Amino acid sequence: MADLAILRESPLVHLHERMRAGHDRPVALRETAFLTMASVRVRPGSAAARRIGEVLGGPLPTACGETTAAGGRTALWLGPDEWLVVSSADEPAALTAALHEALGGDPGSIVDVSANRTVLELSGARARAVLEKGCPVDLHPRRFTPGRAVTTTVGPVPVVLWQTAATAYRLLPRSSFADYLARWLLDAMAEYTAPGEP
Amino acid sequence: MLLLTCPWCGPRDETEYHYGGQAHVAYPANPAELSDEEWAEYLFFRDNPKGPFAERWVHSTGCRRWFNVVRDTVTYEVLAVYGPHDPRPELAAGDPR
Ligand SMILES: [Zn+2]
Repeated sequence: MADLAILRESPLVHLHERMRAGHDRPVALRETAFLTMASVRVRPGSAAARRIGEVLGGPLPTACGETTAAGGRTALWLGPDEWLVVSSADEPAALTAALHEALGGDPGSIVDVSANRTVLELSGARARAVLEKGCPVDLHPRRFTPGRAVTTTVGPVPVVLWQTAATAYRLLPRSSFADYLARWLLDAMAEYTAPGEP
Repeated sequence: MLLLTCPWCGPRDETEYHYGGQAHVAYPANPAELSDEEWAEYLFFRDNPKGPFAERWVHSTGCRRWFNVVRDTVTYEVLAVYGPHDPRPELAAGDPR
């Protein structure tokens, strides 16, 4: 079978060059495309939720903002009975098959949503300052820390905002909003990335 | 800008929510038996109190869940937040202001 993966194009391929420029600056932006993602709906605290947690290597998070990570997979809390699993370790079909098996015949759903969102990585000492120009969530380190993720807005764009390190964030917009969000971020970054800026 | 506390996500700006109108408007048990006037009453007529008002909100850019709020339409103060299937909570007179 032909390898269809070579034909695919990320939603931000046309902006990669602009994002690469100025990578030595105090804030940088890049796209990590084609991560495997699965939507998980299951009753919280149920036997099926426990089995899914075992497949993922850790229990599904139970409160807004929480994530659990194990073996290249992270489960992000999206709602009281809804999670997003992001994986750099699985092909989409393999991940959804494993989760389907864990769900069994119990109420819930497992859907491959890998093409639904792309991943923008915003990092550097000024990353938080850039986000704070247009995000209503309190991102101060006393409230928002590495390993936390929330659904919110950046500018007018709904995103999953996920802090991965002290000065690194992942933003997951829907693919069709990715172009607008990337341009919004590049614009917000401009004062820190202009040549001659410290 | 209202600051609404989603029962699942905590306090978020009003811009993350959408308004769903008056809460506790029950769907008629037998819609086919309603007169046109009664159907119009159900569809279009809502309370418009000056003071506490129970209304529905959905956390549309967050957890996408519906919940109910009692809000004072004069002061915009949020007096209670509760689940979509819970009864309207009793608020002590003049409290909390
Ligand atoms: Zn919420």
